[in-house]
Amino acid sequence: MDDIQSKLKSPSKASREDIFGRVISYTCIAAIILLVVSILYFIASRGLATFTSNHVNLISFLTGQEWNPGALDAHGHPQVGALPMIVTSFSVTVLSALVATPFAIAVALFMTDIAPKNGAKFLQPVIELLVGIPSVVYGFIGLTVVVPIIRQIFGGTGSGILAGTIVLFVMVLPTITSLSVDALRSIPSYFRSASLALGATRFQTIYKVLLRAAMPRLLTAVIFGMARAFGEALAVQMVIGNAVLMPHNLITPTSTLTSQLTTNIGNTIMGTLPNNALWSLALILLLMSLVFNLLIRYIGKRGAIKS
Amino acid sequence: MTPNQTDKLATQLINFLVAVVVLILLFLLGDIILSGFPHISWHFLTSPSSSFSAGGGIRDQLFNSLYLLILTLIISFPLALGSAIYLSEYAGDNWFTGLIRTAIEVLSSLPSVVVGLFGYLLFVIEFHLGFSILSGAIALTFFNLPLLVRSIEGSLHAVPDSQREAGIALGLSNWRTIRGVILPAALPGILTGIILSAGRVFGEAAALIYTAGQSAPILDYTNWNPMATDSFLNPMRPAETLAVHIWKVNTEGVTPDAVSISAGASAVLIIVILIFNFGARAIGNHMFKKMTGGK
Repeated sequence: MDDIQSKLKSPSKASREDIFGRVISYTCIAAIILLVVSILYFIASRGLATFTSNHVNLISFLTGQEWNPGALDAHGHPQVGALPMIVTSFSVTVLSALVATPFAIAVALFMTDIAPKNGAKFLQPVIELLVGIPSVVYGFIGLTVVVPIIRQIFGGTGSGILAGTIVLFVMVLPTITSLSVDALRSIPSYFRSASLALGATRFQTIYKVLLRAAMPRLLTAVIFGMARAFGEALAVQMVIGNAVLMPHNLITPTSTLTSQLTTNIGNTIMGTLPNNALWSLALILLLMSLVFNLLIRYIGKRGAIKS
Repeated sequence: MTPNQTDKLATQLINFLVAVVVLILLFLLGDIILSGFPHISWHFLTSPSSSFSAGGGIRDQLFNSLYLLILTLIISFPLALGSAIYLSEYAGDNWFTGLIRTAIEVLSSLPSVVVGLFGYLLFVIEFHLGFSILSGAIALTFFNLPLLVRSIEGSLHAVPDSQREAGIALGLSNWRTIRGVILPAALPGILTGIILSAGRVFGEAAALIYTAGQSAPILDYTNWNPMATDSFLNPMRPAETLAVHIWKVNTEGVTPDAVSISAGASAVLIIVILIFNFGARAIGNHMFKKMTGGK
């Protein structure tokens, strides 16, 4: 009796196996969550040290224009003004997204509406190849092709926001394009049929129906591209000139958050102010990528096509 | 202007923009291959690099890139597979799953330089691993995980539910259904995902500068003892990869033939990545045909 009872009540082989599988997959997922939390925690704790243990004023950090963390200014405060890098980072990001978006949407429209069969077949590999080229190679081409051309035309060193924008434009193009293609493909075909049946031309359909219906997702595509541009480090670092100066025009050397980080974090000593200030820049990068993430979610939620 | 004229004009504009994009790609590939190809020689691929004189090769960098890629895949594939199985097969539609998806999205949108700095802080400094292949492989794992999870989850999702029902109807446990039915069916997609992510890992540099380091010590390719400091298998040695090498010779500027070295190295990098990309597609198609009995 007891024997049968215990046999019936104990888990079967199948359910033991299932528990085994669950444990494995739960462990993996737990590892990922732990990883994300610890990235946020470590970068934040390092980045905040500038303000908590070095007592730098947050406002003066964000608005100051002098960046020379090893030195003190007239009032005895350390010179850690991150504004030039913040401005440059935002300029290259916004400019490259502005330039890339028309091209990306044109390619996407070509693939979905103008030549859906051959266009998609031909352009899909083009986009994939552009994604596949590593960022250092983009930087190298920027350094050997783009910068000399700018130098020839405008004089000066050639490096600066313009060179950064051109390099980033090519780098964010495939990101924005492939997401725009998804956006346009997700529009139900009866939107197109209805518009054409009303006698609209193809461009009227594109402009008045497709682009409007896809607008929220096209916006997220652009934000994805901007997030990539904002976080790109080496390609930009190679063409931006790396002088921490407030950018006055598009062709003087300047520095982005990422380029400053890659150039200097190895040259400073852990725990000192110059090092902490760099971690604060990393924290700004981290926070901005969270902001881009939130924006994408917000627009995605608001703009889902209701059918 | 009549609507028809506008339509024609707009179509021409779109065609023009598309042509520009295609030309940019052709120019990029042409420039890399044409300026790099003359520098690729047996000597270039098999001799060690030199910092202060011309004529250095990329032997160690090329090997480091491949070794790092293999280590990264060994660490990240099991983790990604487990997580993808959870998300696709076990996860319910609740706040916890939402939280996990958000975490993965955040991880995938982090700039790679931030991931690299985190690796530097935690592994190089706190855990005293130093600049090493192991630190680099772990940092690359963080960078690679979200993409790999997403692509594996996608291939698992693409397996029709009837396959799951068939497995359960045979009296198999969930886990055996996953292992014996769903994973084999999803294999072509999973493989394609892995190879594509390998291409990305191979070209990544920002996450490696401060984790795998920027120096390539002299290696002894006959020493198979992974514990020896000059062994090529030692995971605790600093290792400059091909992508980091391109960045370094261009920014530090002490190597006299920096431009030709980086042109050659870029061409090698692009060729390897092209092989990965086309290989991924070919293998995926081949396996799919084999498994579905098509011709």
